[in-house]
Amino acid sequence: MSRHRRSLVAGGILVGLTCAAALISLLWTPYPVSDTSGGRLAPVTAAHLLGTDRLGRDLATQLMVGARIALETGLGAVVVGGTLGVLVGIAAGFAQRWLDDGLAALLDIVIAFPTLLLAMLVVAARGASLGSAILALGLAMSAVVARLTRILVKRVLAQDFVTASLVSGTSWPRVVAEHVLPNIWPTLAVNLALQFGLAVLAEASLSYLGLGAPPPNQSWGRMLQEAQSTVLVAPAGLVAPGLALVVLVVGANLVADGLREVADPLARRSS
Amino acid sequence: MVRYLVRRGGLLVASLLLASVALFLLLRVLPGDPANALLTVDATPEQIEAAQRQVGSDRSLPEQFVTWFGQLARLDLGRSFVSTLPVGPEIVDRLVVTLPLTLFAFALAIVIAVPVGYLCARWSRTWYGAGLSALSQLGIAVPAFWVGMLLIFVFALRLRVFPSGGFPRAGWADPGAALTSLTLPVLTIALVMSASLIRYVRSATLDVLGSDYLRTARALGASSAEAMWRHGLRNAAGPVVSVLGVELATTFLGAVVVESVFALPGLGSMLVKGITQHDYPVVQGVLFVSTVAVLVIGFLADLAQRLIDPRLRGSSPGGSR
Repeated sequence: MSRHRRSLVAGGILVGLTCAAALISLLWTPYPVSDTSGGRLAPVTAAHLLGTDRLGRDLATQLMVGARIALETGLGAVVVGGTLGVLVGIAAGFAQRWLDDGLAALLDIVIAFPTLLLAMLVVAARGASLGSAILALGLAMSAVVARLTRILVKRVLAQDFVTASLVSGTSWPRVVAEHVLPNIWPTLAVNLALQFGLAVLAEASLSYLGLGAPPPNQSWGRMLQEAQSTVLVAPAGLVAPGLALVVLVVGANLVADGLREVADPLARRSS
Repeated sequence: MVRYLVRRGGLLVASLLLASVALFLLLRVLPGDPANALLTVDATPEQIEAAQRQVGSDRSLPEQFVTWFGQLARLDLGRSFVSTLPVGPEIVDRLVVTLPLTLFAFALAIVIAVPVGYLCARWSRTWYGAGLSALSQLGIAVPAFWVGMLLIFVFALRLRVFPSGGFPRAGWADPGAALTSLTLPVLTIALVMSASLIRYVRSATLDVLGSDYLRTARALGASSAEAMWRHGLRNAAGPVVSVLGVELATTFLGAVVVESVFALPGLGSMLVKGITQHDYPVVQGVLFVSTVAVLVIGFLADLAQRLIDPRLRGSSPGGSR
């Protein structure tokens, strides 16, 4: 098995674990989400696999529910950022010189603006909610995706077969559908997988700061923030959500690495 | 070079203008009156009107923008809705914490990343080299605030060698205490930043190690270290320096979150408090200062890169990337 194939399988398993936890939590969790029958800060036992938090809620249950928020934010941001980014990128790729230059300069400026600051600005304006987080992270991501798409589109448009197609009278939407998209999506997929991981991390940071999805949505970032004052008594609350984040993000990065083989067949030889 | 300076400087000014317009619009055009921050639920119409007049939201958008922009030009960032203190001086107070935190962490990240990245490349065919690379890969998947919490747990709560947070009231008048309270935050940011830097150093070193000029130098009798020092270093430095600007900006931003973990009275905690209290002048002021910092860093990094790599001197701004 090539290195890329191994990465894809390993990454798939790690991301799959999170997806499984999220899906199962829709049907079943060890305890109801707000159930406090276990008592405050219960130790790690068979009844509470990760113990309970300072309100008496089961941490394993919260961890499973938190997987939903992490996946929802990551996927939502990728959908928003991917759609917007690809549209703007294709528009810039096809545009006249001055419009293209303007868009390129604008994208550089947006990219220079760090994701988390942009996210905080949106949260400041719209209030903290899951939608704000997804919108903010998606917007920040769209600039990166647009810049990449623009470069990829230019590269495809410079090919002879595209020129031939345009000269023979094919409309440009058809050129996009038949030549551009099939040629750029593998590289885009690698980038979107990486961006997914970054969005999950950024959401955790927002939630940790209290600027993410408000309760009752239980996010791993807020679990960590709540566990901070009780780490000496309940260290599981500090370790578990952090590890869950690392598993999902490492998984996404490995999937990205595995997809590189599809994107660039030459990469197969180099490893 | 002068022509480049003018064009790159023009881009910087245009970015600053655009950023200030974007900051203004995002907080105004979106629904919700900023005056609400001053009001309770049962406010009378007179109170609402007074609050709107105080905040300025009773005037048209262009009027508000001109006022805001005029204040900016005079370096006046307005007054906090909540504390009614001027925002500018408070930002300066807090930079005293955030700037050293950023710069120390950035320096430490480079000190960690350069040798480790070099060794990753040198040992790339061995299992321990691969292990080291894998470990640094893991580093980019770890949230900075979690690293901070783990360090607090080990070094502050268990070993009790460093404080778990806070900053001495005396500030830098007590340098020992100030440095001690910054140790764990600096370490947190440096560890996370170095993970991504290591990858750049590693790939830049790999490129140099595989180059013809290095092989030629070796064939002419230079030792491995000599060839690397005389020919490799400058070539490997180019691509690394080009990302340092972005990395410094990211470090500055990492500080925003890590400050909250360690309860440091820096820019980050000011921003978070401003957002939760809907204190728009504070949010606007901090975001504006951060944006200026990020854009100016990018400007300086581009200049530094051209000084290192003479091949870039003929090209125009933006075209080289």
